[in-house]
This record gives sequence, structure tokens and C-alpha cells, in this order.
Amino acid sequence: MGKHVLLIEDEPNIIEAIRFILERDGWTVSTHSDGADAVDIVDREGPDIVILDVMLPNRSGYDILRDLRAAEGTAALPVLLLTAKGQSRDREMAETYGASRFMTKPFSNQEVLDSVRDLVAS
Amino acid sequence: MVPFDLLVAVCIGYVIFLFLVAFAAERRADAGRLGWLRSPLVYTLSLSVYCTAWTFYGAVGYAARSGLEFMTIYLGPTIVFVGWWWLLRKLVRIGRAQRITSIADLISSRYGKSNLLAVIVTLLAVVGTTPYIALQLQSVTLSFNVFSAAAVEGWQVPDRTATAFWVAAGLTVFTIVFGTRNLDANERHHGVVTAIAVEAVVKLVALLSVGIFVVWGVAGGAGDILDRIDASPIAEWQGGGGRWAPLIFLSAAAVLTLPRMFQVTVVENSDERHLATASWAFPLYLFLMSLFVLPIAVVGLSTLPAGENPDLYVLTLPLAFDREGLAMLAFLGGFSSATSMVIVAAIAVSTMVSNHIVMPLWLRLRTGGASFSGDVRTVVLRARRFSIAGILLLGYTYYSFTGGTEALAAIGLISFAGLAQVLPSLLGGIFWRGATLKGAAAGLVAGFGLWAYTLFLPSFEGTWLMPAAVLAEGPFGIGLLRPRALLGLDTGDPLVHAMIWSLGVNTLLFVGISLVSFPSPMERLQGAQFVNVFQHSSGPGGWVGGSAAAEDLSVMAQRILGPRQAQALFQEAARAQGKEGNLPDPTPDFIDWLERELSGSVGAAAAHAMVGQITGGAAVSVEDLLAVADETAQIMEYSSRLEAKSRELSETAAQLREANDKLTEISIQKDAFLSQISHELRTPMSSIRAFSEILRDSRELGPAQFQRYASIIHDESLRLTRLLDDLLDLSVLENGQVTLHEEPGNLAEILDGAVTATASMATERPLAIRRERSAENVAIYTDCDRLRQVFINLIGNARKYCDAAAPELRIVVRTTADRIEVDFEDNGSGIPEKQQSIIFEKFARLSDQSAAGSAGLGLAICREIMRNLGGSIAYLDAGSGTTFRLTLPRRHVRHAA
Amino acid sequence: MRAAQRRALFLERRSYRRRRLQDAALILPVMAAVLFVMPLVGLGTGPGETGSTRAAGLYFFGVWFLLILAAALLARRLRGVRPTED
Repeated sequence: MGKHVLLIEDEPNIIEAIRFILERDGWTVSTHSDGADAVDIVDREGPDIVILDVMLPNRSGYDILRDLRAAEGTAALPVLLLTAKGQSRDREMAETYGASRFMTKPFSNQEVLDSVRDLVAS
Repeated sequence: MVPFDLLVAVCIGYVIFLFLVAFAAERRADAGRLGWLRSPLVYTLSLSVYCTAWTFYGAVGYAARSGLEFMTIYLGPTIVFVGWWWLLRKLVRIGRAQRITSIADLISSRYGKSNLLAVIVTLLAVVGTTPYIALQLQSVTLSFNVFSAAAVEGWQVPDRTATAFWVAAGLTVFTIVFGTRNLDANERHHGVVTAIAVEAVVKLVALLSVGIFVVWGVAGGAGDILDRIDASPIAEWQGGGGRWAPLIFLSAAAVLTLPRMFQVTVVENSDERHLATASWAFPLYLFLMSLFVLPIAVVGLSTLPAGENPDLYVLTLPLAFDREGLAMLAFLGGFSSATSMVIVAAIAVSTMVSNHIVMPLWLRLRTGGASFSGDVRTVVLRARRFSIAGILLLGYTYYSFTGGTEALAAIGLISFAGLAQVLPSLLGGIFWRGATLKGAAAGLVAGFGLWAYTLFLPSFEGTWLMPAAVLAEGPFGIGLLRPRALLGLDTGDPLVHAMIWSLGVNTLLFVGISLVSFPSPMERLQGAQFVNVFQHSSGPGGWVGGSAAAEDLSVMAQRILGPRQAQALFQEAARAQGKEGNLPDPTPDFIDWLERELSGSVGAAAAHAMVGQITGGAAVSVEDLLAVADETAQIMEYSSRLEAKSRELSETAAQLREANDKLTEISIQKDAFLSQISHELRTPMSSIRAFSEILRDSRELGPAQFQRYASIIHDESLRLTRLLDDLLDLSVLENGQVTLHEEPGNLAEILDGAVTATASMATERPLAIRRERSAENVAIYTDCDRLRQVFINLIGNARKYCDAAAPELRIVVRTTADRIEVDFEDNGSGIPEKQQSIIFEKFARLSDQSAAGSAGLGLAICREIMRNLGGSIAYLDAGSGTTFRLTLPRRHVRHAA
Repeated sequence: MRAAQRRALFLERRSYRRRRLQDAALILPVMAAVLFVMPLVGLGTGPGETGSTRAAGLYFFGVWFLLILAAALLARRLRGVRPTED
């Protein structure tokens, strides 16, 4: 397969866990942990899917998502949004900003894997 | 021919008859049997003092010289009386409501009871009246002369001034006897008025008799008279020659402002309704008085020798036709005219002089005595009597100096014009609330002065008062100031010229100064009382019909209660009285009841005053006004209390709003806090869950990997535990529920412990810690474990966040008498200024980069610990590096020693 | 009921009459002034001509007498409104 996943997340242990899960399934995983230049990284790397944490240093995941959706090249890019806050308002925000899917931490590994597969396949 | 003795005897007899009439009238009045004394007829006849000897004799002379112009003197009063509803009714009502005693009193009373104005008007009256009295004396003397001239040789007439003197003396006695017999609060003189009424009849009968004799006895009836008019020198009528309208105006003004007219019209009026009768009867009297003037004049002109004085035709015509009886009657008519005028004028002017000049002076001179209360009455009477004598003496003196000259004949109109100066202040005062004392005084003084300069002084025709040169050239030769052509205005007629100047400037000043000046409270009160006299005073004894009162009450109630409620109330009351319809009878019960109903809305005093005005009960009294004021004060107090209440309420509302804002803020903070905690808890749990699933599901993991993932799970578990510990710790500290274990200790030892505890922390760059052992050796008494916790936190932060190439932390201890300060300074880049304010807040992690494993609660906990230890922690903006300063109180040091 | 209505109507009429009478009383002196001064403006004499004392005298006495009559009538009517009348 070799499809490319870009993981934007600042928690090293979570990065390691997700990388392990996805690489074992045959995905190429690159990571980034700063919100400030996340949009540029997405443009440069051109991943098949982005896994985006909401609570990032310097810039919120929602802002990054809004920019991605506003740009032509990434308007339809599958984005899986991760948040640790898990309040209902966060789900609404995710829908408003155009997340392809929304997951609350702590997540199940299988669920992450299934979501990534679904989003890329469709 | 009439013997002089007989003439004198008739005069004396006539005077005695008048005495008896006046005496009888006084007796009746004293006995309370006023009856016909108070009839409208007597009132109307008393008004005839308007017709003096000047009009009795002089009108014929006037007509012989100027034709119809004499009528203007009667037409003016006719207009005023026919228009009684406008002005006289109001004047009389004011006179009654305010107990006015004279025209000076009226003016003074209107303008805030100013005695200054009263004095001005009194002086004006004296100056205007004195020549007029002299004129009466002259006419009586002249009429005596007519008889003596016609008398048999040997009847030497006493010298004319002596005649005048005796007449004046006799009149003084009469006036004093009946004019000052008692002090009536209303200044009414029933005896005098009755005598005047009798004299009025004599005058009228005399003139009518002469007239009838002339028309049907001498001439051949009315037609013949008309023909004679056509044939006479006065057959042509020029339309008045510019004097017609001014003279009507002048006589109309005079009938209002002449002191004697004011006396009989207003002061002596006992019933307002008499005016209704007088409104037509007095013009009728004047009509009859002037009906035969023109016939007598033309017949006199055509039958008597050219040298005869036309002023005496009334006497000389009957004498020429040997009708001594008629001549005697005419003489008595003229005598009546003169005496009635003098008596009433003397009473009127003496009232003013004694009330406004003599009494104030006397009271001022007698400042020493509070004991005069008993004899004021006598003093007033005496002042009155001396005033009467003084005025008559003045008149006599005036006559003896100027008598017999032509100048005196013109004095009638001059006097009119002088007293007309009161008119602007009078009319303005009763119709215009804006009229002020200053305006009235300025107008009066200016008008008086101009009148004296342009008319009165020039009337002496070049005596020392005003030399002929001044008349012709103006004072000091200044032509513009010529008295009869002031500023070059030459109307050709001195009288009209003087009227234009004096009344014009008077009115202008009065209005102008009134507009720009501000009245005193008294003036404003009196102004309202005068202008709105019909609202302020009681009805004229039944003018307002019962039904009208009910209607008016209904209108007023509607204004106060609203139409529907008021109508319902009135209908109910009408039903209760057993009446159909909407208007109940204004019975006392109903009025009381209505008053109570209204007082619910406007207050009792106001309701009483309002109802009182309409039902014609008492006028608004001072007590009413005070009560109204009281209620107003109460209402104001009540409303100010309400205001205070509402202010309190709005303050409370503001506080509530503030509290609500605070709660909202707290709620937002709580949400944010929960959200933060959720994040801080879920993040380690995510790792734990993810790796435990990996360990569970992956069989192919190598031992190293297995080991690593297990240790991540372990670390994250510890992190969770620490977070929970911190949260609980913070919660306890924040709520002040922490139990401090205070004990003696040494600052250096505590620092040692903290440094050791943080040494195990794995860091990329080793942190060098610089300390001063000597300074640290301070004995303290505190919770040493908690203090160590703070130190660990600060040293740990320096280890974690100091971004210098060679991180270094200096710990500086300073001790003062009551405080210990411990500074922790690192050499890093410090904290950005805008974040310095939030570093002590919960979860205030400045940057997540190297903050793994820290929830951002450390500094918050430090702050709470320091607070609990009685000290503080602060971030010092030292310019470079991060410096935290701890401050501790030096308590219980001796325990530590 | 009908009687009461008629009575109310009568009262209203009388009150109305009284007000008109007062109006008349106010107008009368104005009329008097106009009539007494009018001959100056054009009745009887123009600016250049002269009238006769005979005609003017008759006019003035006539007007005067009529005014007195009118005033007498008005005064009677105004006095006639008495509270005791019912």
C-alpha cells in the first residue's frame, strides 16, 4: 500500500503509539508536533490523510483545519481530528470546521486504524 | 333781581339741607337699615361727581367756543361704563377683594404693596387735584359775581377771594364732619354719598330746567334750535380737528383714574351688581346732562350780548329773561356740582395723603413707642382731617394766586391728562402679570415729569414757574426742548402733544422695564391676585348660579379624576339626591363629599381651595395656601424617599448584575478548568490505553520493545497519579483546609533537601546551582515540608525550562528584621511580559514543548502554599532571566533558637 | 325622565345664552368706540370738506342713546341670571 499518513500531534507517547499501529498496517507515517507551520507541512508532504490533534502548541487544530478546508488542494483531504477534551461542544466545533471524522482520547487502536482505512478508501 | 343776602341764605340753607340728608343717611346706616342707601340708583347718582362745575358751567362755554367737542368729555366715560364687563367689574372686584382704599392704594397694592408707588400716585393726585379744586372755587365765586353784578347798586359783593375762602372753609367743615366721622374698614361714607346723590339730582334738574326753558321758552322748540345751530358760528364741524379721539380717550382714562371717580366707583361700591345698573344709567345721566348744552350755547350766542362769558350762559340766560327762580336753581346746580366734586376729591386725596404720607411718617417718627396701639385710630382721623383742610387750603391758595385767569379754565383737561398717567400701570397691573414695580415706577415718574414739563407748567402762560422765553425758545435757547414741541414734534395742539409724549414714554418705560426686570415674590403674588381676581375671590354674591357651579365642579372634577370616573361620581350623587340626569345640586353635603373625593387625588388643602373657588365660598386664604404648601412639602418628601428607594434598588440591581457577571465568569472558568483537567487526564490515559492494547494484541514484539512500551505505560500512570495528587493538593490549599505542620528548621537544610530531590531529574543540560551558604543559615519556624515542595518546584522549573546554553540558577537569601526573602534567578530568556500575569494560574503551561509530564499546576500550588505559610511568591521582571522571589515572615524565630 | 331632559336642555340653553350675553357685553364698548370715532374716518366729513354740527350732533346723540338702550338691555339680562331662579 504505502499510503502516506501525516500525524500532527505534540504528545511523544501518543505519536509513538499511533506510528506503531499504522506502520504495522503498512502505512507511511510522518509526524509533526508544532501547530504554527502545520499547514505548510501538509502542503509540502501532500499526505493521503491527516491525523490532527486539537491541542497543539502555538496554534489550535481547529485553525489548522479551517485553513486546510479553505485551500483548494486540501479542501477534500481526509482529516481525522483527535481531541482530549471530549465535550459535546468540541464535537460540534469539529463538524463546523469540516473534520472528516472526530475521535476522543483515549481512543481504541483498532478504531484509529479502521477510521484511517475508511477515510482513505472513500 | 336776587338779593345777595338771599343768595347767601339759600346757599346756607341748601348746605344745611345737605347736612341733614347726610346725617339722616349716617343714622340709617348706623342702625343697619341701609335699604335704599345701598340701591343702584344712589350708586349711579354718586358717580355724577364726574360732572363738576367745570362741566356744569364750562360745557356750555366749551360748546360755544368749539361746538361738539365738549361731547368727548362724556363719550369717554360712556364707553368705559358701557364696557363695564371688561374693566370696571374687575376693578370693583379687586377693590373688594383687596380692601382697596384709593387709587394710590390699588397701584401700590398691585406692585407688592410698595409705598414708593403710593407716594408717587398720591403726589400726582395732589398736583392734579389742587388746580381742579381751585377751579370749583372759581366757578362758585364767578356765579356769585353774576348775581352781584346784576344786583341793585349798593350790594357790594365781598372781594372774590373772600367768597372763595368762605366756600372753601364751609366745604372743609362739611367734608371733615361727614368724611371722617368714623373709620370704616371699607372707607365707605354713606352720608356723603347720599348727599352727593341728592346734589346729582339738583344738578340734573337744574340743567334740564334751564335747557327746557331755553328750547321751549326762548327758542321755538327743537326745530328752531337746529336751525339756530346752523346759523351759529359753530355750525361747521371739522371732525374734531385731531383732538376728537384723543379727548375721548383722555376722558375715558380720567373716569378711571381721577381720585374722586375711583372713590365713588370702586371704594364706595357696596355691591358689584350696582355696576350693571350704572353701566347704562350713568351714560344716561351724562346724556341728559349734555343734551341741552348745545341749545343753551347757541341760544346764548344768538340772544346775549357778544361780551358775555359763555361759561356762565346757564346763569345769565335765565337772568336775561328775568327768571330769577330758574337762575337760582341753576346757581344751586352749579353750587352742587362744585361742592360735590370738592367734597369727594378732598376725601379721596386726603385718604391717600394720610395713608401713604402722613401715617408712614408719623409711625417712623414715633419709633419709640409700642404704646400707641390705642390711639392710632385718633391719629388716623386727625391725619385725615388735617389732610382735608390742607388740600382745600392748597386749592384756595392756588385759586387766590391764579384765579380769574384764563389759565384756570383749561385746567380741567390738564388735570385729566396728569391723572391719566396712572392708566398704564393700572391697566397693566390688572391684565398683565408681567407688570413690575420698577416698570410702573419708571413709567409713572417719566409720565408725570413729561406731563408737568409739556402741559402743566406751560399752562401758567409764562409765570416764574416757566418763563415765556422758555416756552418760545426752549430752556437755555435749546429749540429741541421747547415744552410744546419736544424734539421738534409739533402737533399744533399742546394737549395732544403732551398726551403723546407723557403717555407714550410712560407706557414704553412701563412695558419695557417690566419686561426686563424681575418682580419680587410679593409682587408676583399680588399680580396673580389682581390679574386672576375672578378665580381668586369669592363670587359677587350669587353671580354663579347653582347649576353653573355644578357644571363647573363637574368640569374641574373631570380634569382631576378623569372624565369617566368623574361622570360616574356625579351621576351617583345625582341619583342619591333623587335627581334624574348627570348634575346633582351643589348642596353642602355634596360639596363636602366631592372635596373628600378630590382630596384623594390632589390633597385636602388643594381640593378645598379649588372647590372653594368654584362654589364661591371663601377666597383662598393664607391658611389654605399654607396647607397647600405643607402638602406639597409632604409630597416632595415622599417622592424624595421614593427616589432614595429607587436609587437603593438600582444599586442592588447593579450589585446583582456584578455578582451575576462574576458567577458567569466563574462558571466559564470552571468549564475551562474541567476542560483542562479532562485534557490533562485523557492525554496520559491515551498513551496507556494505546500501548496496553499494543501489548495485548501484538504477539511479535521484541523484548526491548515490550520493555519500552511497558515503561511508557508505567510513566504515564505515574503522571496521572501526580496530576491527581496535585489537583487534590491544590484543592486543599485553595480551600484553606490544609493542616500545616509547623516546626523549627534551617533554611539551608531545606534547600539542600530540595536540590537533592531535583537532582534525579533527567535533563539535556545540567543545571548549575549557585548558593551562598552563609546567608542561608537562617533559623525558621514553618511547615518545612511544604516550603521544600515550593523550592523543589522552582528548582525543577529552572531545570526544565531554563533555555540558556549553560543553565545556571542563583539562590539568594536576604534576611530583614521581620522577613526572609529567597530569590531564584536563572539565566534563561525569561517569561514574555504578557504571560507573566498568568503564570500562577492553574494549567498555565507556557509552552507544551518540554512540558510533558507537567500539568501546569506547579506555580499555582506554590502560590497557595506560600499564602498558607503567611508569605508570598512573585515573579520579578529583572530584565534578563527568570526570577521568582519568595517572601516569608520571620515568625517564631526564638522557638527555633 | 322626559321632563328632566327638557329641564337639562333648558339649563344648557340658558348657560349658553349667558355666555353669548357676556360676549355682547364685551363687544359693546368696542362698538361704542368705533361708532364714536367713525365720523372722523369718513362718515360725515372727509379730509377736505366740513360737516354740519347739526347733522353730527344728531348722529352722536342718536348713537349715544341707542348705546344706552343696548347697555340697559344687556345689564337687565346679565342681572337676570340669578342663583335663586329655578
